[in-house]
Amino acid sequence: MDQHLRELYQEVILDHSRHPRHFGVLPDATHKAEGFNPLCGDKVSVTLILDADGKVADINFQGKGCAISQASASMMTDMLKGRSKTDAEALMDGFLHLVKGEDAQGLSPDDRETLDVMSGISEFPMRVKCATLAWHTFKNAVEEGAT
Amino acid sequence: MNAVAKIKAGFDAEAARADFPILSRQVYGKPLVYLDSGASAQKPRAVMEAMRRFAETDYANVHRGVHYLSGAATDHYETARETVRRFLGAGSVDEIVFTKGGTEAINLVAQSYLAPIIQPGDEIVLSVMEHHSNIVPWHFLRERQGAVLRWVEVTDDGALDMASLKAAIGPRTKMVAITHMSNVLGAVTPLKEIVALAHAQGVPVLADGCQGAVHETLDMAALGVDFYAITGHKIYGPTGIGALYARRAHLKKMRPYNGGGEMIREVTRDSVTYADPPARFEAGTPPILESVGLAAAMDYLSGFDRAAIHAHEQDLLKYARAQLAQFNWLRVVGDAPGKGAIISFEADGMHAHDLATILDREGVAVRAGNHCAQPLMERFGVTSTTRASFALYNTRADVDALIAALEKARGILG
Repeated sequence: MDQHLRELYQEVILDHSRHPRHFGVLPDATHKAEGFNPLCGDKVSVTLILDADGKVADINFQGKGCAISQASASMMTDMLKGRSKTDAEALMDGFLHLVKGEDAQGLSPDDRETLDVMSGISEFPMRVKCATLAWHTFKNAVEEGAT
Repeated sequence: MNAVAKIKAGFDAEAARADFPILSRQVYGKPLVYLDSGASAQKPRAVMEAMRRFAETDYANVHRGVHYLSGAATDHYETARETVRRFLGAGSVDEIVFTKGGTEAINLVAQSYLAPIIQPGDEIVLSVMEHHSNIVPWHFLRERQGAVLRWVEVTDDGALDMASLKAAIGPRTKMVAITHMSNVLGAVTPLKEIVALAHAQGVPVLADGCQGAVHETLDMAALGVDFYAITGHKIYGPTGIGALYARRAHLKKMRPYNGGGEMIREVTRDSVTYADPPARFEAGTPPILESVGLAAAMDYLSGFDRAAIHAHEQDLLKYARAQLAQFNWLRVVGDAPGKGAIISFEADGMHAHDLATILDREGVAVRAGNHCAQPLMERFGVTSTTRASFALYNTRADVDALIAALEKARGILG
């Protein structure tokens, strides 16, 4: 089988897409945003609670989409919960470089390891937008989505 | 000489494949299996050759200069218009307006025919299976002028619901805008019947022929439509050109669309008068090279027995449909009787984009997404489908490759 395909659709990705973590809408969210990919019709909503220290106290996503977009959103919520806003933005920056096959030195070794399963996407440039949709939506929520 | 005499009986798809150089290429080391002609068809050598020959021998701007080449180029351009007229079975070349594509053809009707006469509360009837290009131009009239959109439903098997159409046409209907063939379902609409219903109420009919012109043999008089929009690139021709057929009586009443050169009779500091149709609607330098390419594509297609091509595509459709039926994890969206060679489907647990990515790596090019038909996606409760669309150059071997790739995708994602 095609090595790149195997890397793209490895078990971790399929597991996240079939059993997404933090799936749903936070009723007491402080920030929220909706993301839309007109190319495929995929939609995602991100709701989160930024506490007084600027930390992501909780975060959820909800949406419909391909395995890549769902897995990416699920992993994102896992990784962002508990981080400071500044940390979260640095992580996002590193992630965006990673999926485009660019230098992702800004990522900590731990984050780099966790996100390794997403690095195969760089071989599929047409699918990068699927992977980044939730992350861009998170950014919109933080920057412009105060409830 | 009778043009019909030149047409070869029957249709040999394998022989026709040789006319399309791109079909011999590979992607990811696999032979290309191109099943996305519904989005854009590949070009036969004859089209590219005709454009190259014209550019190298007779090219200049049209309807402009007095020099030799301008005259020669104008001849090519107007000959192309005659070819389009013949292909569409229209009565006169004056009823053929060249456009950028199908989208512009429909926008032209919305803006130049309907916008000047539509009143708040007037209704435009369109179907749920329309492509966005036959929805958004009418939304403009809703947003800007208070027009009301009345939607014709689609049956569960993916056909136009004629009872719904009858109910939708009323005393305030000013236009019926319906596709000739759905780009998602493949359903072919009964245009003659639709025209009869609309005309009985004095309502004009626009048909979106972007898919229909590829798969059906056309006769505007027999169909009876008022407007018929086509695009060049889906019909084996170049991008950047399409055409609108419009009845002469309508064209005469339509206000100019874009303003510029070639569409005027006289311009002064205080006034402007306009050229007669179709020039009135062709402002600026038109797609000249592309018109030659479009004519070559139509000539190419007309050089075959169109009925035999139709039979070939129907064979592919039936063969593919039977092969897909063995997968109990896959559901075909749209099974209307008499449909054209387009199959959309959704698969359990597999998003269309994931499916299309895996198919792509097997060399199989399909379309995945909402196909610019979001109201239709909503109707069938899906966000996206995977679509295989067949052209004259596809074969049963392409269907076999699709089926094998689907099995592989199931192995990875299922």
